[in-house]
Amino acid sequence: MKYLFLFVVLTVANAALADDGMVILQKRCASCHELSGPAAQSVQELWQRKGPDLFYAGSKYNAEWLEKWLVKPRRIRPAGHHPVQHIQPGKKRDIIDTTTLTPHPALLPNNAEEVTEALMKLKASVEMMGTAVFKGGSISASFGEMVFDKFNGCMACHEIEPGYGGLSGPEVYTAAKRYQADYLVSFITDPQAWNPKTPMPNKHVAAPNIQKIVQYLQALAKENRDEKK
Amino acid sequence: MRKNNLCLLLFAALLMFSSATWSDAAEDNYKNYCWQCHGMTGDGMGLNVQDMSVQPRDHTSAKAMGGRSDADLFKVIKEGGLAIDKSVLMPPWRGSLSDDEIHDLVKYLRKLCQCG
Repeated sequence: MKYLFLFVVLTVANAALADDGMVILQKRCASCHELSGPAAQSVQELWQRKGPDLFYAGSKYNAEWLEKWLVKPRRIRPAGHHPVQHIQPGKKRDIIDTTTLTPHPALLPNNAEEVTEALMKLKASVEMMGTAVFKGGSISASFGEMVFDKFNGCMACHEIEPGYGGLSGPEVYTAAKRYQADYLVSFITDPQAWNPKTPMPNKHVAAPNIQKIVQYLQALAKENRDEKK
Repeated sequence: MRKNNLCLLLFAALLMFSSATWSDAAEDNYKNYCWQCHGMTGDGMGLNVQDMSVQPRDHTSAKAMGGRSDADLFKVIKEGGLAIDKSVLMPPWRGSLSDDEIHDLVKYLRKLCQCG
């Protein structure tokens, strides 16, 4: 009986937090982030969205990471959310025009908790998630790098450590901290189910190798390369 | 008779012009999917090239692009580099682009290289 009472109190408290969080989301975040969907249906529409869609945040992010990041945001995509808007020709290759990049606003710790609570209630549809899930297991970082880079060429667009790898996509050495493992499997399996115009291609990676890639991302995350920056 | 010939000529010219042009969507698609590696000007020196083991093709080079047929270009965009025995770094874009959009991109590539 005592535990039931505690459960009810905690549930009501969490619901109140989420309600407060949704107010903050609507007021401070909705101008840059889509909170109710659907995803952009054209490239032009995609480019008008200043930040990632959040209408499925509860199926994508790890709550613990999200709450910390909202208090102390750090750039994850070296060339911004849409690289096409933040690059310029350089002497040897195109370079990032850092003057066009703006930092993400930071939230107060109590607001970050409320917002995280609200975001975790926004779930993806069954169509987006698909049926693939992470089955667990582990892989060495060196073998994982072969699967990720040599066999599938993912490093072309993603940094696997600070300063090493492609710059147009988000860094992947923190991906497993940021994202739920099932989301990673689902997104790599069919990125367009989540975002039809994402620059992330569907490389039609065999299902067992997608499991290995997510295992690799988990191995990378354990190395805490972001903290050594 | 002469009038008919003129009409035919005009129709043929229109057909040639329409088959050689590309839509605004092709330019958007090129920016969204191709710039990151092939570069803002298409010269193969995109944002990502620094740590790439194989350099992306220079789309502005008639020499590099002239030897490729439209069918080859369509295939490599749709199926990826491995489909024509090239690099795995070139991904297959069939999940992102329709056949019509890929045909449109091929026309856009021909404009960049001024060849074919």
